[in-house]
Amino acid sequence: MAIGHYLVLSGVLFSIGAAGVFLRRNLITLLLSVEIMLNAVNLAFVAFGRQFGTVDGQIITFFVMTVAAAEAAVGLALVIGLFRHRESLNPEAFTSLKW
Amino acid sequence: MLALIPLLPFAGFLVNATMGRRLPKTVTGGLASAVMVVSFLIAVTQVWALAAMPPESRQVNQVLFTWITAGDFSLDLAFRLDALSAVMILVITGIGSLIHIYSTAYMSHETDADFGRFFSYLNLFCFFMLMLVLGSNVLVMFVGWEGVGLCSYLLIGFYYEKQAAADAAKKAFVVNRIGDFAFILGALLLVVTFNSLDFTTIALAAKAMPVEVTFGTLSLITLLLFVGATGKSAQIPLYVWLPDAMEGPTPVSALIHAATMVTAGVYMIGRNAVLFEHAPITLGIVAVVGAATALMAGTIGLVQNDIKRVLAYSTVSQLGYMFLAMGMGAFGAGIFHLMTHAFFKACLFLGSGAVIHALHGEQDIRKMGGLKKHIPVTYWTFVIASVAIAGVPGLAGFFSKDEILFETFLHGHQILWGVGVLTSLLTATYMFRLVHLTFHGDERFGAVADGHDAHGHAPQHLSTPAPEHLSTPAPQHSHGVHLHDAPAPMAFALIVLAIGSILAGYVGVPHALGGHNNLGAWLEPAFQATNCGQPVATGELAGIALEDCLPGEEAGVEDHAALELSLMAVSSLVAFAGIGLASFLWLKRKDIPAQMATQFAGVHKLLLNKYYVDEVYDATIVQPIKVVSQEGLWRGFDVKIVDGAVNGAGYFVSGVSIVLRLLQNGSVKTYAASIFAGAVVILAFYLWR
Amino acid sequence: MISSSFDAIIPMLCVALAGLVVLLAEAFRGRDEKMPIGGLAIIGLVGAGAASILLWNRNATSFGVVTADNFSLFVNLVLIGVGILTVMFSSQTIERDGIPAGEYYAVMLFGIVGMMLMGQATDLLVIFLALETMSLAVYVLTGIRREQQQSTEAAFKYFLLGAFASSFFLYGVAFLYGVTGSTSLDRIGTVIAAQSMSGNPMILLGVGLLIVGFAFKVAAVPFHMWSPDAYEGAPAVVTGFMSTGVKAAAVAAFVRVFLSSLEPMITDWAPVLWLIAAATMVLGTVVGVAQTSLKRMLAYSSIAHGGYLLAGLVAGNDVGKAAILFYLAAYALTNLGAFGVIALLGTRERANDDLRDYAGLFKSHPALAVLMTFFLLSLGGFPPTAGFIAKWYVFSAAIGSGYYGLAIIGVLSSVVSVFFYLRIVVMMFMTDRDARPVPAPITTVAYAGLVLSLAGVLYLGVLPTAVIDFAQASISTIF
Repeated sequence: MAIGHYLVLSGVLFSIGAAGVFLRRNLITLLLSVEIMLNAVNLAFVAFGRQFGTVDGQIITFFVMTVAAAEAAVGLALVIGLFRHRESLNPEAFTSLKW
Repeated sequence: MLALIPLLPFAGFLVNATMGRRLPKTVTGGLASAVMVVSFLIAVTQVWALAAMPPESRQVNQVLFTWITAGDFSLDLAFRLDALSAVMILVITGIGSLIHIYSTAYMSHETDADFGRFFSYLNLFCFFMLMLVLGSNVLVMFVGWEGVGLCSYLLIGFYYEKQAAADAAKKAFVVNRIGDFAFILGALLLVVTFNSLDFTTIALAAKAMPVEVTFGTLSLITLLLFVGATGKSAQIPLYVWLPDAMEGPTPVSALIHAATMVTAGVYMIGRNAVLFEHAPITLGIVAVVGAATALMAGTIGLVQNDIKRVLAYSTVSQLGYMFLAMGMGAFGAGIFHLMTHAFFKACLFLGSGAVIHALHGEQDIRKMGGLKKHIPVTYWTFVIASVAIAGVPGLAGFFSKDEILFETFLHGHQILWGVGVLTSLLTATYMFRLVHLTFHGDERFGAVADGHDAHGHAPQHLSTPAPEHLSTPAPQHSHGVHLHDAPAPMAFALIVLAIGSILAGYVGVPHALGGHNNLGAWLEPAFQATNCGQPVATGELAGIALEDCLPGEEAGVEDHAALELSLMAVSSLVAFAGIGLASFLWLKRKDIPAQMATQFAGVHKLLLNKYYVDEVYDATIVQPIKVVSQEGLWRGFDVKIVDGAVNGAGYFVSGVSIVLRLLQNGSVKTYAASIFAGAVVILAFYLWR
Repeated sequence: MISSSFDAIIPMLCVALAGLVVLLAEAFRGRDEKMPIGGLAIIGLVGAGAASILLWNRNATSFGVVTADNFSLFVNLVLIGVGILTVMFSSQTIERDGIPAGEYYAVMLFGIVGMMLMGQATDLLVIFLALETMSLAVYVLTGIRREQQQSTEAAFKYFLLGAFASSFFLYGVAFLYGVTGSTSLDRIGTVIAAQSMSGNPMILLGVGLLIVGFAFKVAAVPFHMWSPDAYEGAPAVVTGFMSTGVKAAAVAAFVRVFLSSLEPMITDWAPVLWLIAAATMVLGTVVGVAQTSLKRMLAYSSIAHGGYLLAGLVAGNDVGKAAILFYLAAYALTNLGAFGVIALLGTRERANDDLRDYAGLFKSHPALAVLMTFFLLSLGGFPPTAGFIAKWYVFSAAIGSGYYGLAIIGVLSSVVSVFFYLRIVVMMFMTDRDARPVPAPITTVAYAGLVLSLAGVLYLGVLPTAVIDFAQASISTIF
C-alpha cells in the first residue's frame, strides 16, 4: 500500500480529533479527541518511518505516547478539579473568564 | 561641563522627588531654583566660551557613552553645543530660573508634599528640555521630546482633583503621542536613508543630495518630522491640546506651554535646517500650516474670555509665525521670534498668574477690569509685554516679527505675508482687548457676574491714589476684595522678563535699521552643514566639510533695505491700528485713559472722530469675526472637527475594542475553533495559492 | 570523552537538580517547619547561570540534539533571570495564598528546564519534548490554587488548547520528517537547501503546522485566545512567569527553527508571519484598551509584545535576530516587574487586579506606584527605558528589511497602547484611594526583586550597548 493511503487516513483521523475538540460537549471527550489527534500523528510517523525503512518513526511514536500519557494525567487531574467546583462536565459551564 | 547643564536640574529632581514631601517649602523651592540658576550660570560660561571660538567652528561636543550599536550603525549619547542650542539653553535655563523663582511664591499655598512634587516635576521638565536641545542626534532629542511630553502631562494634571485638569492632561499626552508616532517613523527613515542619526552627519549627507523638486524620501522624512512638530508645537491639526493645557498651574503654562516645550518643534526644524532645505515641498507645507494656524488661532483668541485661554491661543498663533518663518527657510528669523516670544509670552503668562493670584483664582476677564491701580507691577509688566507682542517698534516682538514678514515678502509669498500682517493686526487687537478688559475700565471683580453692569459703580474711588501694594478694598465691595500685587519673587521674575521683552529684540536689529542682525549672523553656521569643530568621520566628506569652513560671502540684504523699511512701516502701522481698534472697541463706553489717548493720539482720534463707524464695524467686521471665529472656527472647526477627530479616534478604538473583546466568549470550544480556523487558513494558503 | 558530551546540558541539570532537592526538602519538612525553599531554587538557578557563562563561546553539544551555542546561552540567562525574579516575588505571595512551597518551586524549576531545553534543542522531536515539559509545568502552575474555580478553569483552558496546538506542531514535525527523513534541524536544513522545496506541498504543510504550534505558544493572533483567560486566572506571579518565560522559550525555538533550517524558505513563511505579526500587534493593543482587569490588560499587552517579537523574526536580518534577543531580555524584566507589583498588591481572598483597585496607589504605596510607572512606561516604549530601545531596535530591523508596513503598524499600535498603560498611571497618581483590602506589608526580598527589575529596565534603556553587543555576539556564531 502506498504511503498516500496512510497519510490520508492520518489526515482524516487528525481532522476528526480536531473537530471533536470544538464540537463535543464533554470535557473527557475533549481529552479523548486530543488523544486521537496525537495518534493520527503517530500513524503518520510510523508510515513515514516504514517508507524510509528505518525504525526512527516508531521510536518517535514511543516518545509521543509517553508525552500523551503525561498530558492525560495532568488533563484528568484538571477535569477532576473542575468537576469539584461545578459538578458539571460541560465545557460551556466554565466560562467565568472571558472578554 | 556641558553635561552638568541638564544634570543639575536632574539632581534637583531626584532630591525633591525622594525627600520633597518631608522638606519644608523653602528648602524644596530654594533647591529647585538654585539648581536652575547654577545651570544658567554654567550655560552662560559655556556660551561665552563658544563665542570666543571662530564662528565657523563653534561647536562643543561631549560624548557621554555609546548608546546603541547595531551592526555598522552606532549612536552616542552625546551633547552638542552650537550656536543654535546655545540660544536655546540660555532661554531655557534663564527663563526657567525666573519661573522657578516665581513659582516659589505662586505655589506657596500648596501643601509641603504637593509643593515638593511640583518642583520635582518642574526640574525634571528642565532636564528633559535641555536634553532635547543639547542632544547631538535625533534619538537623544527624542528622549527629551518624550520626556518633556511626560512632564507636561504630569504638570497639566497637577491639580488632578479637578476632572478638567486630568482630562486635559490626558488629551495633551495622547495628541502628543500621535505626533510622536510620525516623529519616530521619520527617525526610522532617517536611519535607513543615512545610516546615522547624528545631526551633523545627516546635514552633510543631505547637502550632497539634490534638492527634491518632486516628493521623495527627504520630503517624506521631513514631513513626518514636521507632523511630530505639529503635535509638540500645537499647530494645525494637532493644536487642540494646548488651550486645554491651561488647566495646569500658571507657571507651567509660562514655562512649558509658552516659552520652551511648545517651541521644540521650531527648534527641531532649525536643527535639521539642511534637511528641510532639501525638501522644498515640506517647507511649503510648513509655511502654509504655520500661517493658517497663526491666523486661525488669532481670530479665536479674539473671543475667548478666560485670560489664560486668550494667551494660549496667542501662543498657538505666535508659534504659527515661527513655523511660517521656518517654512520660508528663514530659520534665523524663526529662532529669533522663538527667543523674543519666550520673554514676552512668559511675562504675559506670569502676569496673568499674578492677576489670578490677586483675584484668588478668578480667570474670567469679564469679571476683572480696573486692576491697573491695584496691582501696578503686574500691570506695567503686562502692558510692556503686550506692547512687545503687538509689534510696536522698539520692543522685542517688533524686530523678530518684522524679520519674519520681511523674509516672507522677500520670498515672493505675498499672500502669506498678507496673512501674517492680518495676524499681526489680530495679535495687537486681542492683546489689548485683554489688557483693557483686565486692567482698565470698571472694576467688575467684586460685582456678581454680569460684565456689562459696570456703570453702576462710582468711579471716584478708583481715582483715589492708592498705596504701592494696594490692599485697600473698594468701599462698595464690602464683602472684601483683597488685592495683593505680586509678592517679591513674582515681581522680580515679572520685571526681569519685562526688561527682556524690551531688550531681547536688540540682538537682532536688521541691517535696514543700521543694525547688524547679530543673532542672525550668530545662528547662520548652525543652519549650514559644517563639520569643522570635530574630526571628519569619513574621507569623502572631508572635502565638503573643508569647503564649509571657508567664510561665505555676506548675504546681500542691503539691496532690500528700502523694501524692508516700508514693510516695517506697514507692520508698525498695523500694530498701532490693532491697539487702537482694541481700545476703541473695548473701552469705548468709558473714557480711554489719558495716557493711552495721548500715546496713541493719531489712531485714537481717527477712530473717535468716526464714531458712526462703530456700528458699521460692529456689523461688518466684529460680528462676522465673532460669528466666524466663535461659531465657525472655535465651536465648529476646533471643537467639532479637530477635537472630534481626536476624540473620534479614541472612541473608534474603544468601540472596536469592545466589539472585539466579545469574540473572547470564555468558551474553550470557541478558542479551539479559532485555532483550527487559523490553521486551516494557513494551510489552505500554502496548498492553493 | 564521555564527560564532555554532558557539557551542553549542565545548566539544565543544575536547575533540574535544584527541582529534585526542593521536592525532597518539602518531603522531609516538618508540618510547620519553615524552610528557605526559595533559596534552594535560587542556588540552582545561579549555578545554571554560572554554567551558562562558563559555556560561553564553547559551542558545546550533547548527544547531537542539544547545543549550548551562544544564542541558547543568552536565552538561558534571560530564563534564569526570569526564574530568580519569580522566586523573589513568590516568596511572599505563595505563603499568603497558601500554596505548598515545595511543589510550587519544583514545578517551576522543571518548567524552566523545559524552557531552557527549548532554546538549546537542535532536533524537532526534542523541541517537542521540551515544549511539553515546559507546558505541563506551566499548566500545573496556572491551576495551582485548586480551591479557586478561576485558577482551575484557566489551567484547563490553557491545557486543552495547549495540547490541541501541540498536536498541530507534532503533525508539522511528522511532515518534515516525512520529507527529509530526519527530525534534526541540521539535516532538515541541508535537505531543504539542497533542493528547492518551495513547491513541495508536504513541506509547506509541515511549515504551516509548525507556525501554528509556535504561534500558539507565543500567543499570536488567531492562536492567542487562551492567553487572556490563562493570564487572568493564574496567580499573578505565575502570570508574570509564563508571560515572560514561555514566550522567551517559544520565541527562541521559533527563531532557531525558522531562521536556521527553514531559512531557505523565507519567502514562503515570511508573508504568513507578516500577517500574523501585524494582526497580533493590532489586536493585542486594540482589545487591551477596553480591559478593566490589570492582569487581563497586561495579557493583551503581552500579546501585542509577541507581535513585536514576530516583527523582528519576519525582518530576519542580523539586526532583527539580535533585536529579538534584546527584546526578550527587556520585555522579561519589564513584564515580570509589572506582574510582581500586581502580585504583591493582592490578598489571599482577592487578586486586587481591577483598575479601580489602583486608585490612589501613589498615596498608599508610593514606592510601588513609582516602580509600576516605570514598568508601564517601559512597556509603552518610552525612552530612556528598556522598552524603548527594544522597540526601536525591532522596528529599525523591520525597516532595514524593507517591511515599512510592519514598522508603521508596530509604531502605531505602540502609540495606541499608551492609552491603557496611561490609564493605570492616571489611576495610581491622579485619583484618590477607594476602600479596598490592604495587602500585607511587602517583604524586603520582594522589594529587592522589584528594584532589581527596575535597575535592569533602566540599565537596558540607558546603557544598552553591552547587552546589544552580547546579543549580536550570540547570533553571529550560529546563523
